[in-house]
This record gives sequence, C-alpha cells and structure tokens, in this order.
Amino acid sequence: MLTGTGQQLDETDVLLVDGRIQSIGRALEAPDGARVIDARGRWVTPGLIDIHSHLGVYASPSVRAHSDGNELTNPVTANVWAEHSVWPQDPGFTTALVGGVTSMQILPGSGNLIGGRSVVLKNVPAVTYQGMKFPGAPHGLKMACGENPKRVYGSDKKFPATRMGNVAGYRAQWIEAEEYIRDRAEYERKVAAGDKDAKPVKRDLRLDTLAAALQGDILVHQHCYRADEMAIVLDMAEEFGYHVAAFHHASEAYKIANLLAEHKVCGAMWADWWGFKMESYDGIPENIALVDAAPGGCAVVHSDSSEGIQRLNQEAAKAMTSGRRAGLEITPEHAIAWVTANPAKALGVLEQTGTLEPGKMADVVVWNRDPFSVYALTDLVFIDGIVQYDRASPAPRRSDFLLGQPAAAGATP
Amino acid sequence: MRGALLFAALLAATSSAVADSVLIRNATVHTEAAAGKLDKTDILISDGVVTAIGRALEAPAEAGIIDANGRPVTPGLFGGLTHLGLEEIGLEPTAEDATLKLGTMRPEFDVALAFNPDSTSIGVTRLGGVTFAAIAPTAEAGSANAPGGTIIAGQGSVIALDGRAASYSRALFLEFGADANELSGGSRAAQFMLLRQAFIEARSPNLVLAHDERLLTPAGRQALLEFIGGAGVFVFDVDRAADIRQVLAFSQREKLRIAIAGGAEAWRVAPELAAANVPVIVDALEDLPGSFDAVGATLENAARLNRAGVKVTFMQESPESHNVRKIRQTAGVAVAYGLPWEAALAGLTRIPAEIFGVADRFGSIERGRRANLVVWSGDPLEVTSVAEQVFIDGKLEPSHSRQTELLDRYLERVRSGTAR
Repeated sequence: MLTGTGQQLDETDVLLVDGRIQSIGRALEAPDGARVIDARGRWVTPGLIDIHSHLGVYASPSVRAHSDGNELTNPVTANVWAEHSVWPQDPGFTTALVGGVTSMQILPGSGNLIGGRSVVLKNVPAVTYQGMKFPGAPHGLKMACGENPKRVYGSDKKFPATRMGNVAGYRAQWIEAEEYIRDRAEYERKVAAGDKDAKPVKRDLRLDTLAAALQGDILVHQHCYRADEMAIVLDMAEEFGYHVAAFHHASEAYKIANLLAEHKVCGAMWADWWGFKMESYDGIPENIALVDAAPGGCAVVHSDSSEGIQRLNQEAAKAMTSGRRAGLEITPEHAIAWVTANPAKALGVLEQTGTLEPGKMADVVVWNRDPFSVYALTDLVFIDGIVQYDRASPAPRRSDFLLGQPAAAGATP
Repeated sequence: MRGALLFAALLAATSSAVADSVLIRNATVHTEAAAGKLDKTDILISDGVVTAIGRALEAPAEAGIIDANGRPVTPGLFGGLTHLGLEEIGLEPTAEDATLKLGTMRPEFDVALAFNPDSTSIGVTRLGGVTFAAIAPTAEAGSANAPGGTIIAGQGSVIALDGRAASYSRALFLEFGADANELSGGSRAAQFMLLRQAFIEARSPNLVLAHDERLLTPAGRQALLEFIGGAGVFVFDVDRAADIRQVLAFSQREKLRIAIAGGAEAWRVAPELAAANVPVIVDALEDLPGSFDAVGATLENAARLNRAGVKVTFMQESPESHNVRKIRQTAGVAVAYGLPWEAALAGLTRIPAEIFGVADRFGSIERGRRANLVVWSGDPLEVTSVAEQVFIDGKLEPSHSRQTELLDRYLERVRSGTAR
C-alpha cells in the first residue's frame, strides 16, 4: 500500500465504511456484511487526481460542436465557468476511470489571459455536472502566460500581442477587482452604519471571480512555461496580494525550483513533453524530480490530455526514473504523491482525499501489480467507497454516446 | 553530483568507441533474427560490424568492454512515423518543413530533402534507445486566404538517428478519412476519386489535359508512377473500418504494396488485412472515439490484429516530432492489453524494418551486420528502464543531448538552493 503520505505499508488492510476510509492497519476486523477483497500480491494507492484536464469541455469525439473550452471572444473571460461547458457523457471520463483517476480539475483553455473558473469533479457517472461536482472543493481560476493569448489575439491585431501586453492585461484586471472589493466593503460599512441611502455595488460576474481570487477563495492556476514569466507572475501576485496555487505545464520550473518552493507554489508538469512550441523548448524529463527536490517543493504530474490522464501512474514512473538517473533519491512511496496528495493540496481538497488516511473519502485504487509499471492495470477503482470500475466485470459503464454504435461493439472499455 | 558522475561514466564508456572493438558481455540478446533470444551471450563488434555472437567470447586486446550483467540487448528501436529533423519547434513556420501547403497534389514532394540531422530532437530521441525512424510528411487543410495540402501528403523515408543526413528507402504517405475531408472537397468518397484520377494521369504521361483538369505536374506523374511500379510502400493514414476496406479494395485492384497507419478500427478488419498481408502501424494508446472514424477504438487493437496474423508496428497519434522516445511505452501498453511481449518488440524492430524495406540495415542483431543495438537497464518496454548504451551503424553514440546539458547546468543550482 502506497498511502500518499510518503509511506509504503506491506500486508496492510484498509477498511472502507459509508464512503470513508475508516481504518488502516494489520489484521483489521471486517464488520458483518462487509465485502472482503483479498489484495494479496496486489498494490493499493489513493485514487489518482489530475490537476489539469479538459475532459467534458473538449469532449470526444472532437467535433466542432464539442469545442467548449476556450471562450475566445475576449482575452479576459473571468465571468465564464468551465462547469457550464462540461459534457458528462465524454467517453474520456470512463477511460480516465479505468486509469485510476477518481478526481480531476476541469479547466478552461489557455487562449485567454484569464480564461474563467475551473471546477473540481469526482469521476462518477452522472447525467449532470452537478452530480460530479466535488463537494466543497474551491473553484480555480485559469490564467495563461506566454504564447497562447498573444497568438490568439495578436494574430488578429488585437490586444494582447506581446508578453508585456499579457502582463498589462492581468494587472488592469486586478486593479478593477481591488476597486470592486473596496466598493463592496464601503457599501457594507455604510449599511452597518445605518446609511439608508447606500447604493449596493452592481454584481459583476467577472469581478466576482477576480475578487474571490484576490481574497483566496478561488485558487489561481496559471498556465506558464518559461521560468522568467513565472517569476514575473510571482511579482504580480505579490503586488496584488494573492497566492498562485500552481503553475501548469511549467516546462522551465526546474530553473527556478527553489523560488517556487519558497513561494509555496506547486509545479504541475508533464513527464516528457517538450518542443511542441518555442516556450516548451527547454523542457527536460528531470523537471518534475527537480521541482520535487527543492526543499519544500511541490511537484504534480498533470496530463492536459485525454490519453495522458489514463496513465498518470506511468507518467510518474517516468519522472521518477529520470530523477533517479540524475542521481536524485526518489522512492515510489514518495513519487505517488505527485499524482495523489500534491494535486489534492494544490486543489484545496487534501483534507478530503489524496491520501489513504482514516476519515478521508474512500477514493482507492487496487492495482494488479506495482503501479509504477507500464503493465500495471487497475483491478478496482473505488470512489466514495463505491466500486466504479471493476476489471473483472463483463459490462463496465460506458458513455451514452457509445450505446448502440455498431463500431463500438467489442471495443473496450 | 551523482548525475554528473554517471554521465562521466557513460562518457568513459563512449571513449571505447575509439577502440576498434567493443565486447558486450553476458547480455540477454533479443536478436530479432533466426537465432531468437539468447541468454548469457556476448556480442563482439569490430570495425562497426557484429563479428561474433556467442557465449564466453574472447575479447581482443584493445577492445572496450561493456558488462551487461544479464541485462537485455535489443536491436535499436523504431521511432514510428515522425517529424524528426523536420520540425525543430512546433507552431513556428520557419522551423517546420513537414507540411506542404501549395494547394496542389505533389507526390514528388519529398521531406528527405528537408531533413536536418543536427536537430536537437535527434539526440534526445536517441537517448531513449531509438535508432531509426520513418520521416513522414503531413497534409493540412488550408484556410480562407491560404492554400493547404492534398490527400497525397508526399514522400518520406527512413533515417538513422546518428546525426547523419542519409535516408533509406522511400514511402508515399496518404491521408484518408475524416481528417482528410477538408483536403478532398468535403467528402471521403472524393479521396478515392482523386487518387484514381492521379493514377490515370501517372499511367498516361501523354494524356493532354487542360490545366484546370489535371492534378499532377510532370514530376508528380513520374514520382507516382515509380511508386505504382514498386518504388516504395504506400502508407494510408486511415481509421474507419469501412474506409480501410475501400483502401484494401483499391490497392488490390491497383496491385499496390501498402501499410495502414493509425488504423483505430483495423481490428475490425483484421482477417482481410491478414489475407492481404497488409501491416498496420498502430497508435496503441488510441482508445477514444476522437472522431466518428474511431468509434471502435480500443487498447486491444494491436493484440487483436496480431492474433489474426497481421503484422503490427507502432506510431503515435500523428507523426511525432519531439517525444518520439515515448514509442516503447506505447508498445508496453499494447502488451498490458494482450499483445505478446515478443510481438511488441518485433513491432519496434524487425517488423518496421521489413515494412519500410530497410531490414538489411535496421531491426535485427546478426553476425556480419553493422551494429544497431541498445543495451538496456531492464525490460526495454518498461517505463522504469533506460537505454544505457546505443550503437548505430557500428558506433557507440554519445550519451548527451541538449536536454542533458540543460540538466547539467541546473541540477547543481537546485541542490545548492540557488535555482531562482
């Protein structure tokens, strides 16, 4: 058992009761009527968490009608919420489940400076997004550095067309959000003072979100590849007094690993992607291990991909292997946190999930072998104590989309 | 520091390349030749040629020695269909050469002329144990104010990842199905219509057609005629079962040697593919209905094709430029979903060498052949294994790349707390 807290426990039992982890230890007593699973020779981990997914907002099949992830009509769309685009029938949710993913953050795309609110979902079958929403998880705010916003708008001779334009764009928004916060506080003060003529501040969806981000109620997730740009964003966060939860993609995070650790900012990274655009040219396979190696560092393996989300365990294994080859000491019980506890922390849900500890949600995966192997398959995936995937089951759940499709007969899952 | 030492050790091993001979001792050798798998076996490489394979070989006096200590040695791996040396950076028109956007059908377009052996992705990929790959053009649709490509993406070939410009063999790459609808006037039916017309033009060099009625230039007619005559394999990028059947019918009528690339639903056509002896270059990770052509996508595609007797090799989602080294992981996933391990390794070595007509140079370890092989730290399909030594064309390749130089620069900064 890899607990996600840095421990490997052998010959250990875990008891799941009423959707929660009740106890972990040796020779636990099974309550009457409990289903007993003998996992001898198999491995157990917390459910995996993907901090960066577009499932549901860029659903399969990727027809034009499913392009719901980038509101490319204005470089700032802090007013939009990804959950209003999520199509719960995306077949990618099922394949991610087979890969052991029990929770994920669905983000708007990166074409805008400020793309909108993200949502954290549990990977349970549902007809509506409301049925998938992670209870109590804070919203995220998606922001983007670099090439994407300036390409999308600059190629149309619109603002922003440069990196300096990007930064001016964010700062102008934060200034407005500060005013919004001030005006609302002023109104509250007047009302409290009995001023009957006080005029309430008109509600603004965009500023609601930005104000909540400045106040820490919404967690800021910033797409950013280059080290120098991440440092600029950290300066800006200091200027406006907010915290960046994580830099996503962060191909050059290793160049400023200590700086990120000191600011308590996680890096959410790929194991081996690089070179697909100029700002990812300096990506190296040791990136995750180096971010992790900085004292206090917080490394997260993310997917940003309907394929990658299916094998986050393998991505972590590759990152661990690259780090070890560079001479860093990394154990599996440590590296599993890159896809469990660390993303849970950056999403603000670590108290609920991300590790195997009593009291937490019973989000648990039973693997047929060492999960840090290309050959590992999930045998059972529990979400809130319910078996949502069982490899032995002849009829795993499928998206409505795949029902009655002659071509899908005999395809898996 | 240990990283630096490790690289120093590898460099020391590299210095044996100066020696005329290298003896790899006590390896588990997967020859991908008649000898099959050989345990506790030595390989002697002299002047770049595998001169002996056997137990307890004598090392020549000056030979460099690599003790494999039971670890696997395989032929160097195939990287799949790639843009290696054709795309230094994505999204940058000045650093990409894999896509022709003239708006006219140009089978004479050959990306080998653009191949840059100094591209940084060559060294990065080589460190992952990949020693040869197909370079393939890609066709893209145009826009309102710029022309795009056509269903014939153009010619590619096989390159070695040893920093040399040589290319071997020829292949013609074609795009069919949903992704090519924009290249064929909006219908996949027109893909066959256009290809038939191109064949007629190629076979009738004296046919006089008005400019607005012809598809090919004189050079294009000649190039296509050479392929029709057997100059290289036709590689059809196609996913839907019904389309694959049409491609098979067309190629049988025209007596073409073909391969299917992608082939998300190829498993549904497996008996026909086996009967026609048509290999499939699968994306072994494709299990989502990315389009209505891939509704039947499954991770068991490779296993089912193999079981039916179809030759299977690997590619990634589309010709990969930078993360080509991931190819062995895709083969490992195919094994997890039922493909026999031996078939997966053959699909990364011998089979693609045969498909592309370069089996005399790549894909097997045999006495008398130039050494193209890799010493692995463990199972070559496993994500926790690394390539330790890579030989291409008899030469032990350097174990550094642009990425290792970046690592060397920043590792110590992180360790000393100065990465800021």
